[in-house]
Amino acid sequence: MSDAAIGGVPPVREFASAESNRRVRRRYAADRRLQAYGIIAIGLAVGLLGILVTSLVVTGFPAFVQTKVDLATFVDPAKVDPKDPAAGNYRGLVRDALASFMPADATDKQKTEVTKILTSDAPYIVRDYVVSHPDAIGKTITVPIAMSDPFDQLNKGVIPKEVDALSWSQVRYFERLQNRGVVVEEGGRTSLKLDVYVDPAKIEPGPPPTGDCAALARDSLQAYLPDVHDTALFAMLADDAPDAIAKLVASDPNLIGKTVQVSFPFSAPFAELAEGKSPKVPNPRFTPSQIEAFDAMTAKGIVHMPFNWELFFNADSRFPERAGLAGAITGTFLMLLVSFALSFPIGIAAAVYLEEFAPKNRLTDLIEVNINNLAAVPSVVFGLLGLAVFIGFFGLPRSVPLVGGMVMSLITLPTIIIATRAALKSVPPSIREAALGVGASKHQVMLHHVLPLAMPGILTGTIIGMAHALGETAPLLLIGMNAFIPSIENMGILEPATTLPTQIYSWADSPERGFVSRTSAAILVLLGFLVIMNLLAVVLRQRFERKW
Amino acid sequence: MIGYLLLGIIALSVFSYVFARRRAVAAVGGRQHELHSRPAYHGAFVAAWVGIPAFLLVLIWLTLQGPVINTLLLWSLPPGTTDGLDRGQIDLLLSEIRSVAAGNVFGEPSLVVQAAAERYLRWQTIASYAMVVVALSVALLGLLLAFRRIAPKFRARHAAERILNGLLIACSLIAILTTLGILLSLLIEALRFFEKVSPFEFFFGLNWEPQIPIREGQVTAGGAFGAIPVFTGTLLISAIAMLVAIPVGLYSAIYLSEYAHPKFRSVVKPLLELLAGIPTVVYGFFAVLTVAPAMRNFGELIGVPIAPNSALAAGAVMGVMIIPFVSSLSDDAIAAVPRAMRDGSYAMGATKGETITKVLLPAALPGIMGGILLAVSRAIGETMIVVMAAGIIASLTANPLEPVTTVTVQIVTLLIGDTEFDNPKTLAAFALGLVLFLVTLALNVLALRIVRKYREQYE
Repeated sequence: MSDAAIGGVPPVREFASAESNRRVRRRYAADRRLQAYGIIAIGLAVGLLGILVTSLVVTGFPAFVQTKVDLATFVDPAKVDPKDPAAGNYRGLVRDALASFMPADATDKQKTEVTKILTSDAPYIVRDYVVSHPDAIGKTITVPIAMSDPFDQLNKGVIPKEVDALSWSQVRYFERLQNRGVVVEEGGRTSLKLDVYVDPAKIEPGPPPTGDCAALARDSLQAYLPDVHDTALFAMLADDAPDAIAKLVASDPNLIGKTVQVSFPFSAPFAELAEGKSPKVPNPRFTPSQIEAFDAMTAKGIVHMPFNWELFFNADSRFPERAGLAGAITGTFLMLLVSFALSFPIGIAAAVYLEEFAPKNRLTDLIEVNINNLAAVPSVVFGLLGLAVFIGFFGLPRSVPLVGGMVMSLITLPTIIIATRAALKSVPPSIREAALGVGASKHQVMLHHVLPLAMPGILTGTIIGMAHALGETAPLLLIGMNAFIPSIENMGILEPATTLPTQIYSWADSPERGFVSRTSAAILVLLGFLVIMNLLAVVLRQRFERKW
Repeated sequence: MIGYLLLGIIALSVFSYVFARRRAVAAVGGRQHELHSRPAYHGAFVAAWVGIPAFLLVLIWLTLQGPVINTLLLWSLPPGTTDGLDRGQIDLLLSEIRSVAAGNVFGEPSLVVQAAAERYLRWQTIASYAMVVVALSVALLGLLLAFRRIAPKFRARHAAERILNGLLIACSLIAILTTLGILLSLLIEALRFFEKVSPFEFFFGLNWEPQIPIREGQVTAGGAFGAIPVFTGTLLISAIAMLVAIPVGLYSAIYLSEYAHPKFRSVVKPLLELLAGIPTVVYGFFAVLTVAPAMRNFGELIGVPIAPNSALAAGAVMGVMIIPFVSSLSDDAIAAVPRAMRDGSYAMGATKGETITKVLLPAALPGIMGGILLAVSRAIGETMIVVMAAGIIASLTANPLEPVTTVTVQIVTLLIGDTEFDNPKTLAAFALGLVLFLVTLALNVLALRIVRKYREQYE
């Protein structure tokens, strides 16, 4: 052992010594540290999950309601011919109906602005109503009409009516100047007291002295914040700020070439900021007449927010307030149907062969290695396969649920095969032996006894595989299953379609503000389906799986 | 048409099943015990002979019909029409003929094309009627042949089981076919790519600008295919992801397997696994919606500019997604360390922490390494997060605050909305796909080998 042992003197261990106690304390501290790291790691992971879900719920929740106006519309027989109600001038009807929320002297431009409060589909909504109620012609009807996206957001409080007049960085610049002590209060108003070098290169001595005083004012302000390269900084100076220099120089031309202190007035928003208020301006997204009309509608109590059934029953649309998930849900269903029809029988057959009949040879090994590797191939590679083989070689059409389902079945096959094999393995040998004992053939044992008993496990695995397929996006993008589907009529396995995840991808890419919350809502719907499928798998396992 | 044909074949097999069953019973005058096999097996045998050959024939026919008609069309064109045209132009001509045949006429197609379109339509009609006739006659032939074998002594069960065996084998061969299909399609398209762009440029070039001009005179980038910036971008994002996933995953696995109360574990472990069950498109949206803006604001606060599609945001979110892979595989590896080693360590007076860091982790290291390799392969192949949250422009940088692009992003952006397989831009996606497939395959094989070898040590 150690040198001491060789020397014949055993090393002395003093178990109660201070040094030993310290060592023990240190060792336990290390133990506690490791434990703390573990808790921090778990907290981090679970916390991130929480943030993810919360941010989706918070942004997605508003999309489950939709702002609507109960618009009283007079169906003017002059504009809608009772013989052919579908061809009427509904745009004009809606315009007239909105006029009651505007001053009588509103210009055409203002009227056009106000029609933008409603969705662009508003005339068609009225038309559809009139076509289905022909007796409404000549009467005043009240139809709920969705508001367009900005006003929907305004009503939900996502977009404010007024916005901060100053950017965050402008406020920072102001605070820095405040800290330099150049923001001073003089005679009841705050102003900016700066050292100004009256540059002879910029000011002609006159008389009267002339020159670019505005540039001089900017230069002197810049001198205080040399690291800022932002023209928004100069918005701090009032428009008449250069006059302060001009006045000073005019009164005493000798100042040219010298440095003087000048008090510059602040521009209006900064003056408010100096008084400790946060300056606001009306949101530039809305025009005054729009806000006026919107407020008039709200005051009349005809603006309300019902549950957004359109989210589930409308197909996709370019306008967020009209866009729904019906097309995506139908497409997903068709794709999963194809995928299930292919992968369920093939998966069971492959698993049964490998588990029960396959001889131990090279081919069987090769198949098993292949299945294990396929389970780990990135899904985008399956998309390439679908594109090159199914679409390129076999000439199947793009964007259709048939191809999507075929690709998905290849992706889910390994999952189903592995789950089926596990389920088959869990059927006890006594069942097989009993069946063989009464003279059943191997195939009969399999088909009549083992497979029915293993079915709950197989179904569980299949549902989990399908849930996996439900969330796959990348392979579907490659085979073009992100088509724009504005109507769910004539959808089929050979018609272009979109699916929930690809719909989420397209909406996430859309610039309109309303699609942000629609995307979150679509994600919540997708997660809802996933939860249902997984619960189904759990229930199936608990109810039907037998413990032997 | 095809749908009805398939329905017809199915109906015919059902009918022949019933028919053959009756025939078998009748053959022994109703005394079923005199039959070698039960009547259902006779029925199944005949039904298989009716359905399977006809179904296979339809599949093969559908596969070959397109290429055969195309070849015939090219032959039938007046001599000299296709002289001097390369493959892409010939494909263009064929698709023009097809679209004229489908009734979508743009401009004034030439007389040659119109005549070819008429021939195309005629041949297609002939082909589909011929398919119906041939498939149905094959089915009837099968019915006739199989039906004649029904006899009391006929071993129908053995025959039917042999057919079933064949079907089972065919189904399990699909796994091999899939791998072959992936490999072949990627290889063929990648080879076509390397005919146009030298492999040397692809693997060692530093400039990736795949937007080549599609029309004459279009102003675009030069079309450079040096994939090094794409590879380094992939590595950078994967490295960031692993920097997040390995510590968090490993420490939570240690805590869950060694310290945690069973109740705590039974709640937290499924929660962690939930992270793996969330679709990746959701993570991508989360990165764009929450993580990237938060990082940008933080960067502004400390005065560091962070790009909105920085590698950091995409990598960090990907790391969160990978946490459960690392944690559950490490958990398994730690749990697989034999009880004796743990007990031995405690018997020596080691604390729990010392047992973990000095005994369990070294013993479980190969398993953990295997898990990490699998996680790396997952990170490299992950697509949606980076498509939504990372950049498209390939830049050669190691700065995580700048946008970089990855192999999977390039594959998706090169292929979205493009069907023609004849320009280097689309073919480049397949070359990248081949690299991606081979790298992830190598990582998986390596990981599985490490894990298996280590398991053998303790068993």
